[in-house]
Amino acid sequence: MIELHNINVRLGQFRLKNIDLNIDSNDFFVLMGPTGAGKTVLLEAIAGLVPLEYGRITIAGRDVTGTAPEKRGVSIMYQDYALFPHLTISQNISFGVRYHAKAKSESGSRFERLVRELNIGHLLKRYPETLSGGELQRAALARALMVEPQVILLDEPLSALDPGFREEIRLLLKNLHESSGMTFFMVTHDFAETLSLATTAAVMNNGIIEQAGNVQEIFQKPCSTFVADFVGMKNILPAIFNKHTSRIGSLTVEMATIPVDTGGFIAIRPEDIVISTHKPASSMCNSFYGVVSAIIDQGFSYEVHVQVEDITFKSLITKGSLIDLGIREGLVVHLSFKATAIHCF
Amino acid sequence: MTKREPFFWITVSCGIIVLAFILLPLIEMLSAPSAVMLKETLKDKDVVRSIWLSMYTALAAACISFVFGTPLAYVLARTNFHGKRLVESIIDLPIVIPHPVVGIAILSVAGKNHWLGQIMSELGVRIMGSVTGIITVLTFVGIPFYINAAKDGFEGISPRLENVARSLGAPMFSTFFRITFPLAWRSMLVGLIMCCARAISEFGAVVIVAYHPMIAPVMIYERFESYGLKYSQPVAVWLVLVCLSLFLILRILALPKKNRNHD
Repeated sequence: MIELHNINVRLGQFRLKNIDLNIDSNDFFVLMGPTGAGKTVLLEAIAGLVPLEYGRITIAGRDVTGTAPEKRGVSIMYQDYALFPHLTISQNISFGVRYHAKAKSESGSRFERLVRELNIGHLLKRYPETLSGGELQRAALARALMVEPQVILLDEPLSALDPGFREEIRLLLKNLHESSGMTFFMVTHDFAETLSLATTAAVMNNGIIEQAGNVQEIFQKPCSTFVADFVGMKNILPAIFNKHTSRIGSLTVEMATIPVDTGGFIAIRPEDIVISTHKPASSMCNSFYGVVSAIIDQGFSYEVHVQVEDITFKSLITKGSLIDLGIREGLVVHLSFKATAIHCF
Repeated sequence: MTKREPFFWITVSCGIIVLAFILLPLIEMLSAPSAVMLKETLKDKDVVRSIWLSMYTALAAACISFVFGTPLAYVLARTNFHGKRLVESIIDLPIVIPHPVVGIAILSVAGKNHWLGQIMSELGVRIMGSVTGIITVLTFVGIPFYINAAKDGFEGISPRLENVARSLGAPMFSTFFRITFPLAWRSMLVGLIMCCARAISEFGAVVIVAYHPMIAPVMIYERFESYGLKYSQPVAVWLVLVCLSLFLILRILALPKKNRNHD
């Protein structure tokens, strides 16, 4: 559906470098990355709003590299919604209708349906300046969907919303994606949003794509330390591999897979590391004694740092187990993780 | 109430001095001629003609600035290119050049010794001592004010609004007229007012290029030279009154509308 071949963009000091992506029809594709990674620039490049240095963009089999933004069949929705302040919500939604022959002929019924689906009937006569974030969001969605684009580009649609609205809009996006048959291309810096919405995803950093593919795969098998860290693998340790075992510092751990390379990194999710005060009965093959070096309050859970010889492991436990186990700084604890919890790259 | 610091009193007294400095001469001038004299002056065909000439040449200058200045202001607001600073400085040049120098500079291009002057004279366009010449001078001194105000207006509009309009299917022209212009017209109008105001007040450059036909400032100067203060005052009062009322109307039009969500 969307094919990006070797996209390069130069904007002042910033560069997008050799971006290759393939997004299937009706996918919900999510582009992740920290602030300043170039996600919005790539979005604008697909919409034709930013000139390419070189590269090729194909949408639905049509080469649109040199096509004007209005002829690409792509709707963009910005994080700040960008509703036209001098038009009412109703005028905003109908803005693009006159340029689309198909949308024009059935604009009446389409308008009604979108207004109903997005629940914005009571806002139609108002101006954007008096609407709340969630209302603006729904109005902007209606406006983008009104012209029946093949692709809808969403720039951090959830990050500017209050937590209450966020959940509501997330569900709405999911439903719209399922009912519309359009291809969604969403940008976010939040990995949790990706997990709940995306069918495929990519992680971007510093103007390049670090990893692209299935969401679960990115989540479980990151291919670089950056991606591993981005998806929440807090334990990323340089390692030397030797068949089923690997050496990290002075420790030897057992792994479930045999890595291809002889050296690299191992990554373990903090929730996969179990802390106990006594040696656990279960047969986890990797278990060590260590000293609790830090406890970090994260609201609903605690991140416990355990020093094992020269390595610090980070584990995530609930408030309940922290109290039950009586964990405090300086306590000697037992730390264990399964061989299958280790991801190496 | 707490005791005011000396700093407060310094700011207040300086403020009063500045306001008095501006208002005192103006009020004195406005109140000097009697009503009868003002009425008499209005019957003078030459006075009416010169004020009218001042008004419409200034307006013509504003229109020319609008037509040619708007695209340039838009480009300057939206793009970054090498030499943009240079272009902006060139646009500001007419503001800093002494007025008689402007007149001399324009005449040196419009004269018979210059190829442009030769082309124009062959086309029958005369700058020296003509309305065309006056409009040329007024545009020269007024256009920076329009371009700068319009540029600020365009810069205040998020390019994202235009981007969204494009992605919704609107070509560049539609986008400009349906999004950019409705959001920027107030700034553009303010720019036109400033351009007009600057043009109406021009004397030094006009007097060199066209002493006749006489615009109001030149006539005021001539009355002052030949008959004295008393005879120049009524003309000045009429010019100020006409200008002030016009600008007041335009300024009110340019005020942002408030409270439109009363439904």
